[in-house]
Amino acid sequence: MFFSSHKLFWLIPLPFLLALCLLIGPSGFGLPDTSTATGHALMELRLSRLLTGFIVGAALSCSGCALQAVLRNALAEPYVLGVSSGGSLGAAFVIATGLSAVTPLALPLGSFITAALTLMLVCLLAGRAGGYSPNTLILTGVVAGSMLSSLHMLLLSFARSQAVHSITWWLLGNLQVTSWPMLLCVTLLVIAAIGALCFESRTLNALLLGHEAAHNLGVHTRIAIPCILAAATLAAAAAVAISGIIGFVGLIVPHALRRLIGVNHRALIPCAALCGGTFLVICDTLARTLCAPHEIPVGVITALSGGPFFLYLLARKGRTPLA
Amino acid sequence: MITLSHITAAYKTETVLTDVSFRIARGERVALVGPNGAGKSSLLRVITGQLPAHGSIQVTGTDIAKLSPRVRAKRLAVVPQDIASDIPFTAHEFVLLGRTASLPRFGGPATADLEAVREAMSLTKTWHLRLRPLPEMSGGERQRLALAMALANRPEIILLDEPTSHLDLRHRAELMQLLIRLNNERQTTILMVVHDLTLASQFFPRIILLSEGRKIADGPPSDVLRAKLLEEAYACRVSVVPLPGLDATCVLPRLS
Repeated sequence: MFFSSHKLFWLIPLPFLLALCLLIGPSGFGLPDTSTATGHALMELRLSRLLTGFIVGAALSCSGCALQAVLRNALAEPYVLGVSSGGSLGAAFVIATGLSAVTPLALPLGSFITAALTLMLVCLLAGRAGGYSPNTLILTGVVAGSMLSSLHMLLLSFARSQAVHSITWWLLGNLQVTSWPMLLCVTLLVIAAIGALCFESRTLNALLLGHEAAHNLGVHTRIAIPCILAAATLAAAAAVAISGIIGFVGLIVPHALRRLIGVNHRALIPCAALCGGTFLVICDTLARTLCAPHEIPVGVITALSGGPFFLYLLARKGRTPLA
Repeated sequence: MITLSHITAAYKTETVLTDVSFRIARGERVALVGPNGAGKSSLLRVITGQLPAHGSIQVTGTDIAKLSPRVRAKRLAVVPQDIASDIPFTAHEFVLLGRTASLPRFGGPATADLEAVREAMSLTKTWHLRLRPLPEMSGGERQRLALAMALANRPEIILLDEPTSHLDLRHRAELMQLLIRLNNERQTTILMVVHDLTLASQFFPRIILLSEGRKIADGPPSDVLRAKLLEEAYACRVSVVPLPGLDATCVLPRLS
């Protein structure tokens, strides 16, 4: 599949944008003085947030890209489909039971199991209710999200006060990581998931024509589709495990990219990883600095930018094409 | 080339094909006709392995279930009735999708892939459209691109599901000429779902008539396109008028 290299020139500024975000802090512009202990801690803090933001943004955008292709639905996104809520329930359970202290893998694993179950449930119910049309999927996702929120409340009502505090703080959606092993673990999972999606990029292209057309083109749909959905869920669940629920990244970035570089997933998935990562780092920089010293949850910034975009896509007449 | 023995298939509890058997030899050109809901498209799905069925389905001598999806796609291409028109692939990208079974997982298309695409687009007279996005094209242009996509893999068998529905007379004639050329020059086996019985009689030496999921006739147009048989199948009065100059038969519905 072709994609013109000139369309990728706009990727060049991304590292500079990331560097700029690293330089901007609540105290002003510039790097902290790393010769002092405070400055060193501050630098580590900014670096870990930048890395976390990049990994989470990359994971959510690639997940959105893949879900939109498989379900042939422009509004499919981990947050909208309830996958993020499902993942957060599993992660909350892991925190409440104290399993998160046992191994850094516990949180992403717990998150993945419940996120995968949620996606299966949403797809099953939407399929029975009339296919993967935008409205059916969104309604099913909303209902699943509400049910999961109730379960979340139930879990909180039974949890110990220390666990309630941890879960609530984590749920707000923030990129402040306290554990480097956890970040490493999530990074490896996200790389594996994005790698799998890159491997299946030709399959994703074929799936854009529909499952039957993809079958006729030589795609083993019964294996490829679950694999892609598992990879997309793993990426979203890993992101949720480390950052809580951050919505709409998987909606905005893939759409903007499709307009810029087209629908070829061979280019789209890697670009979604780079741009999604940079987008979330920028959002986090705004969250840290707009009302400094007070910090806004980064999910608020993504929701404020993604919400109107979602409504715009929903309001478009007729089918919601992937463009 | 295609051998179906006692095929019975169903969507959940609704049976759509009952005990259908036939054999299509290499290089044959066969029209599949019948009223709406007769099971024509379902039969194509059975041959591609999309719809599970009882009975035996052999394609190029191998059971369809034993063929890997990639091998199956290289041997057998499908031109669907409708293609996704809302995806902004360029025409070239779209036709290249036809090579999905041949392309490597990583890396760009090889020269052979690009050559095959160029050849398919030239044959279907769509090369000039290669940079245009799919949503900007007419139904006829998209239909020709769907055929180009099927040809891109240089298949031995092409299954077409009512491909002339969006085409005007000229493009319909051009499509049939192209199919006949492929059939004659490359011995490509063609099985095409056709609603237009006159067109079927004009261009196909063999017609299979389905009704309510059963095969009720199979043979040359003169044997199949008989008023009594068609009236039974379509539950409608028809006039069958021979067109001697064209070596075809015109089938028209009669008002009761």
